[in-house]
Amino acid sequence: MSEIKMTVNGKPVGGDVADNMLLVEFIRETLRLTGTHVGCDTSQCGACVVHVDGKAVKSCTMLAAAADGAEVTTIEGVANGDLHPMQKAFNDNHGLQCGFCTPGMIMSGIDMVNRYKAEGKTLDEAAIRHELEGNICRCTGYHNIVKSISQAAGEM
Amino acid sequence: MSQGIGAAVKRKEDKRFTTGKGKYTDDIRMENQAYAAFVRSPHAHARVNSIDTSAAEAMDGVIAILNGAELTGDGIGNIICGWAITSKDGSPMNMGAWSALATEKTRYVGDAVAIVIAETNAQARAAAEAVDIDYEELPVAASLAAALSDGAPQIHENAPGNIVYDWEIGENEATEAALAGAAHITKMDITNNRLSPNPMEPRSAVAIYDDAEDHYTLYTTSQNPHVARLVLSAFYNVAPEHKLRVIAPDVGGGFGSKIYIYPEEIACLWASMKTNRSVKWTSDRTEAFLTDAHGRDHVTKARMGFDQDGRIVGFKVSTKANFGAYMSLFSSAVPTYLYATLLSGTYNIPNIYCEVLGVYTNTVPVDAYRGAGRPEASYLVERMIETAAREMGKDPADLRNINFIREFPHQTPVIMNYDSGDFEGNMRQAMVAADWAGFGARKAESAMRGKLRGIGMSCYIEACGIAPSAAVGSLGAGVGLWESAEVRMNPVGTIEVLTGSHSHGQGHETTFAQVVADRFGVPIDTVQIVHGDTDKVQFGMGTYGSRSGPVGMSAIVKALDKLEVKIRKLAAHLLEASEADIVIEDGQVKVDGTNKVLAWHEVGLAAYTGHNLPEGMEPGLKEGAFYDPLNFTFPMGCFICEVEVDPQTGKTEILKFVASDDFGTIINPMIVDGQVHGGIAQGVGQAMLEEVRYSEDGQQLSASYMDYAMPRADDLPDFDVLHHSTPCTTNPLGMKGCGEAGAIGTPPAVINAITDAIGNNDLSMPATPAKVWAALNSATIAAE
Amino acid sequence: MHSTNYHAATTAAEAASLLSSAEDGALLAGGQTLLPTMKARLAAPSDLIDISRAEELRGISVTDGTAIIGAMTTHAEVAGHAELRSAFPALCDLAGRIGDPAVRHRGTIGGSLANNDPAACYPAAVLGTGATISTNKRDIAADDYFEGMFATALDAGEVITSITFPIPDAANYQKFAQPASRFALVGVFVAKSADRVRVAVTGASEEGVFRWTNAETSLSSDFTADAIGGLSVSSQGMISDLHGDGSYRANLVQVLTARAVAAAS
Repeated sequence: MSEIKMTVNGKPVGGDVADNMLLVEFIRETLRLTGTHVGCDTSQCGACVVHVDGKAVKSCTMLAAAADGAEVTTIEGVANGDLHPMQKAFNDNHGLQCGFCTPGMIMSGIDMVNRYKAEGKTLDEAAIRHELEGNICRCTGYHNIVKSISQAAGEM
Repeated sequence: MSQGIGAAVKRKEDKRFTTGKGKYTDDIRMENQAYAAFVRSPHAHARVNSIDTSAAEAMDGVIAILNGAELTGDGIGNIICGWAITSKDGSPMNMGAWSALATEKTRYVGDAVAIVIAETNAQARAAAEAVDIDYEELPVAASLAAALSDGAPQIHENAPGNIVYDWEIGENEATEAALAGAAHITKMDITNNRLSPNPMEPRSAVAIYDDAEDHYTLYTTSQNPHVARLVLSAFYNVAPEHKLRVIAPDVGGGFGSKIYIYPEEIACLWASMKTNRSVKWTSDRTEAFLTDAHGRDHVTKARMGFDQDGRIVGFKVSTKANFGAYMSLFSSAVPTYLYATLLSGTYNIPNIYCEVLGVYTNTVPVDAYRGAGRPEASYLVERMIETAAREMGKDPADLRNINFIREFPHQTPVIMNYDSGDFEGNMRQAMVAADWAGFGARKAESAMRGKLRGIGMSCYIEACGIAPSAAVGSLGAGVGLWESAEVRMNPVGTIEVLTGSHSHGQGHETTFAQVVADRFGVPIDTVQIVHGDTDKVQFGMGTYGSRSGPVGMSAIVKALDKLEVKIRKLAAHLLEASEADIVIEDGQVKVDGTNKVLAWHEVGLAAYTGHNLPEGMEPGLKEGAFYDPLNFTFPMGCFICEVEVDPQTGKTEILKFVASDDFGTIINPMIVDGQVHGGIAQGVGQAMLEEVRYSEDGQQLSASYMDYAMPRADDLPDFDVLHHSTPCTTNPLGMKGCGEAGAIGTPPAVINAITDAIGNNDLSMPATPAKVWAALNSATIAAE
Repeated sequence: MHSTNYHAATTAAEAASLLSSAEDGALLAGGQTLLPTMKARLAAPSDLIDISRAEELRGISVTDGTAIIGAMTTHAEVAGHAELRSAFPALCDLAGRIGDPAVRHRGTIGGSLANNDPAACYPAAVLGTGATISTNKRDIAADDYFEGMFATALDAGEVITSITFPIPDAANYQKFAQPASRFALVGVFVAKSADRVRVAVTGASEEGVFRWTNAETSLSSDFTADAIGGLSVSSQGMISDLHGDGSYRANLVQVLTARAVAAAS
């Protein structure tokens, strides 16, 4: 067991966790924030993407203990009152169907927009498709996900 | 802005999904919840000599370890296939016994042998690893060829030669005679690659036994909770229907794989009773590859004959279909009535004969996956006609055009009766959008850059709206395929629609509400769609085969019809007018030509107070309906794909993809286009990326995303999706269904394009870079 | 995942000490390979020593003709480092195509090199430049470091601390992605310095990353894609799997090398 303390969606949380507990298990099972999903075992699908210290990571491929002291944001924490522009863009553009990959898509979308803005680069549709390499959707064919992220990039 | 039929209304359900508030099965946690893990066979074919659980039972947190002998001893029934197919010789199909937990033998890698219940998921998995099973390995048949070879191991005792059935449809002699007189015959051997459906949400179940009530509740990832309850009750003897509630909450995609009732749900329900604990099981992705029903896996020989003018005179098809180790719920219908009945395609073919050999192998059971039989038919027909055009030196669009069916209704030689369509209209629209005429210049430009450009089309047709109950009953279906709906108007005027359809991404909460909004002019926010719970919705056959629109919504329309009759009668009474003069619009009830009006909530209140009802009218506003379709519906369309191949690496890039579809009436074009996008992506996946591969000894070589290539955003282009609709003539809204079209029409368009680019028609799916490169090199060698 | 004991080490020395006292310990860097392997129950170390936050193992310094990268520097940090990009863009491009953005936020150069996956990208850059791998015990030349699939010259208890790259005059990395995993089906790193050309190939060989010495010889006298046109690559010993057989990989080695040379010149 390890004792950990972290901030999740702005709130301090912590406690003793098993040393083999994954961050996603801590989020889903301990904190009961079930918006973060698990869709594969090999770090490819991206349904589990959260932000750790402001960066997108796959919470299924990080130990909870390794997030000690970190600031974590999950899908439940991105909105500041109203919907985040990325959340709204997914609704505006029909960027989701079954919704299972959607939290990871939104977290990756926010991360890529933030990075491109910080670097002063243009996030065009080709760049969005490339940046989505780590997020798999089986429903949408990505067409409307790309449109959603593109819209949000203009609004964020 | 209109929220009725035809409006691109944004989805009502999105807020919970975009904010992480969706409630999927694995998000549910019960008090007193334990976790299940399955002990699975590592061998594709083995005798189970003994199961030693002593070490595992002593491990931390282990509550129980249960096996197949105990399961069958408790009277839990074998898993069944619900569609009886009769062989050519009149004999019934050979359904091998499938116990939820294998007893004497295991027949594929992943076959469950025991279930471990423990306090935590980790403890259950650790203990499952520690169960010691003495297997005696048996010879393995992991492919069609191996299962049909001389001396092949016998997988089920009651299926000699591993044959499930040897079925036929159409006229063999007439077809052979037509082919004998043909001016040109195109012959092809075609393989339809095996796929894993891969909804992003893995299957999951939470089984809850209440010993005080002797009642079971199952939360599960199902496309059809009522069908699940029916078979769990009637065939698997878990509990009688009134003691079993099945809830399919938010479900993260299905694509067919969540139609079936799998061993895990049965075992979890039973284990919940045995342990008196709530039992949760959630698949991981590798387990999904090893246990979710696979799709496709056909090997076909076909001949298509043409007369001097290029008109098709006969089409003969011989298909071998891989069933895997057991017959899954709809498996028998997929390579027969969902496949061979579509072999006429969009063409007027006077003679068709098809024979299908169903075959057991030591692999995961195979069943319906998005399209189910129709992608296999469409791929065959559209590859054949494209190849024929190349062989005869004809323009592929012209050859299709002279063979198109133009008059409706059209009776094909293989059961189906097409009601409507404009096949040439869709093809022409797609060709304009794809700038078919300008392809030559683009090809030349690619050649300047050392690239090979190709273009290919497919003019698919499929059958949805499954299905008229009496018709499918006569063909062997064990259930009726109607749909039910109930519409309740509340005293305040809001409306609840209870439907037997199930939404797992299709957006029913929005589109079904639009049908109500269209009828009464009420805002969709005042309409609530209730689905997925057998305690709330009386019955339903669920969502698959693109049936939620043509069948599910038709049931809602029928219930709305009844509700409207009552509202008119009540309003006429209250407004002292003739029923014929009552107009319902904009959420108001008016008397035509007067200023008499009732607000919507006044109608509801009047019905529920019952203070002033017409003579003999019951209080309340609630109507139900069962809708049984009159015919299948026939979505069709033309897809055109343009690709560029890098000859040095074999890598193919899709430059443009145009889809022009006829779905009949469209409720919400935004959602329909989304369905097409997703279908195209899965079709591109089948054509270029995806394949389940087995080793000779039956190990699945592609059981994770490290080796099973899922389409990603940068594998796909932006899609051009167009519509050219003719209303369906056999259902009230004129809908044909749109859920599977993309997956059905895409693979032949892609392969026709790639083979056009590389100048070698000998290319199988998935057309990976390595395969395209090899095909290019063999073409080069042949040319030299 | 089997149970394990987690330790966070702040220095290489502490990590080495924790490792030596563990029954069957393993270093945890970014965890992007080790954790999935443990989840699949294919690895079960008794102890995990997390070095990902050891400050002394992080960071990038670019000095005269040399780039030194701390072992726990993430792929994203390498890809996004402005000074490194202006001096050695090929290395930034390589790092920017490993995995996906989320993986690059966690995965590290040291973790990649210690694991030495036969389809990993970094080994091609390290071998292709003739870099030096520094550990808590010694410096290891790239040519002595890679010992086949998942095998390296590292001893038990040895901790990679940094990698020193000689910055080439021109370089380029060409990656052809395996369609499912997006690892390198074949990746070729070409580096040209004043006195020599090196060509390192990953993804292709059953022996792991290797130098294509025939190409190096030809390119040293004529650094053009045409110079290797006459060379052939044998499919002997090339990996053959679901995604391509040996002859396809051999072809990719040739094609990607030519493209890397063209892009680097």
